[in-house]
Amino acid sequence: MSALLELKHLTVEFHTRAGVLHAVNDLSYSLAAGETLGIVGESGSGKSVHALAMVGLIPSPPGRIVSGEVLFNGRNLIGMPERQLRDIRGKEIGFVFQDPMTSLNPVLTVGRQIMEPLRRHLKLSQNAARKRAVELLDLVGIVDPDRRLDQFPHEFSGGMRQRVMIAIGISCEPKLLIADEATTALDVTVQAQILELVRDLKRKIGTTVIWITHDMGVVAGLADTVQVMYGGRIMERGPVSAIFRDPRSAYTWGLLRSLPGKITAPGQRLYQIPGSPPNMVHPPAGDPFAPRNSFATDRCRTEVPPLRQVDGGAAGHQVAAWYDLRSAIANQGAQS
Amino acid sequence: MKAFFSALLKSPSGLAGFVLLSLFIAIAIFAPMAGLVSPIRGDLMARLSPPTWTGPFSPGAHPLGTDEVGRDILSRIVNGSRLTLLLATTAVVLGGIVGTLLGIIAGFYGGIVDRILMRLVDIQLALPLMLLALLVVAALGPSFVNLVIVLALTSWIRYARIIRGQVFALREREFVQSAYAIGASTWRIMLRHILPNVLTPALVVATLELARIIIMDAALSFLGLGVQPPNPSWGRMLADGRVYISTAWWIVTFPGLAILLTVLSVNLLGDWLRDHFDPKMRTSR
Repeated sequence: MSALLELKHLTVEFHTRAGVLHAVNDLSYSLAAGETLGIVGESGSGKSVHALAMVGLIPSPPGRIVSGEVLFNGRNLIGMPERQLRDIRGKEIGFVFQDPMTSLNPVLTVGRQIMEPLRRHLKLSQNAARKRAVELLDLVGIVDPDRRLDQFPHEFSGGMRQRVMIAIGISCEPKLLIADEATTALDVTVQAQILELVRDLKRKIGTTVIWITHDMGVVAGLADTVQVMYGGRIMERGPVSAIFRDPRSAYTWGLLRSLPGKITAPGQRLYQIPGSPPNMVHPPAGDPFAPRNSFATDRCRTEVPPLRQVDGGAAGHQVAAWYDLRSAIANQGAQS
Repeated sequence: MKAFFSALLKSPSGLAGFVLLSLFIAIAIFAPMAGLVSPIRGDLMARLSPPTWTGPFSPGAHPLGTDEVGRDILSRIVNGSRLTLLLATTAVVLGGIVGTLLGIIAGFYGGIVDRILMRLVDIQLALPLMLLALLVVAALGPSFVNLVIVLALTSWIRYARIIRGQVFALREREFVQSAYAIGASTWRIMLRHILPNVLTPALVVATLELARIIIMDAALSFLGLGVQPPNPSWGRMLADGRVYISTAWWIVTFPGLAILLTVLSVNLLGDWLRDHFDPKMRTSR
């Protein structure tokens, strides 16, 4: 499999009144065509910002891409003229945003909003675009699509609107679909339906997907590869089974422990990672998670750990840590 | 179109405004075919004759009476509406387009662009509009085109201020980012995504402005700087007739009523249009 998307040392800053906020730090990863990548992290981990920065969607100023390359299909998106980027956005890279309630323009009919990228990118005629829009709405499971096209967003429920957003995102059959917290604002039942829809669509049109979320559960059900981000860096990355069965980063381990289920017994309080996310205006010198990590060594606090292959781990399972999580947990268990 | 009228029929005030305004516009358009007496030529024998229906002392066919030089009031009102309505709508449309676009630009770009445009608005608001209009008309001369420009000039700031505020809030909404994410350009977003969102407030301002401009046009004519005599204009009729208000009340009353009814009908229709174009007020088909 060849890489569809390759990030090399992407660094993004925001110039705020409080100082320079280091949102994304030296981020590198690659994504194969057809792969589904789940990116997990808490607020401020840089997971959304890096995705927006890739296609030039962060407001500048205050945002600034300091360095790095984003190779999409072999072309570098960073520094590409806005005019060319516009041709890529919506056509080759589709987006689905978090809040379906506000992501649709309230005064335009749903049909017009679905037809816009079709007319803009595929240069379809009004009639052809409408026909295609009906197909798309049908594809994302909206009943009576022909009538629905002429309605306004407020006539749709939250789950339906997110289906519409997905229809817009996949309208031009993009090579890459980036879903940024696409199910976060929805209730669990609707969330399950949307996830099923995405799995189904992947089977039908084979799009590569980046699914950004803070919900480990969503990632488990959808992704091939999981990437855990914290403080604008990758903490751990690997095949979904490896990450869930054999986490090697203390942060991943903390996230998994805070899920209800296997690790926590019924009746027991859910685990909570101590402390709060780092202030990225003054990020920790070394491993960004070190201040909240009880296993952190002195080296963790002073030197940023590189992402490396896990010893004896599954293929592609990488972690950025100076400590060895397994022996650290064993030691702690022995002491107490 | 059918849905538009069936919705209109359900609103008594909107319907009243629509019917009245259509009537005025129809009268203005078809005035030359109505076979009225000349609005300009006076009949000195019949000067200051009261409306026919008020008593036996009015000779000839002057349904609304005549003025101090014997000109027919009805004919002057009807013919005056042509100029007044044309002038007011042109000025409203011109001021509305300029004001809305500048408001969108100021609100969307913000920063220095916004500051320059809004200071311009502030400066103009600091000057009494009437004084500004008087100055420009006095300097350039009271031609039709100059009047339209002057009235539009006093009007654009109201659109710009309101629209700019709306756009400020709109540009932070997620649908703007969604539009960028499907590859729309900044201009396209301003015109195709933001503009439809501000049409409703712009329409409300437009109805208020149409009424204000009709009154301002009348005021300018009243001061002698509007439509020039002998062409009839409602404002000038008021100005000329005020001297006779105690002896010949009809000279000022009927043009005054014409102004009142026109402004009222515009406001009624405008109110209804605002509700009609708000998608949330609309029932699903």
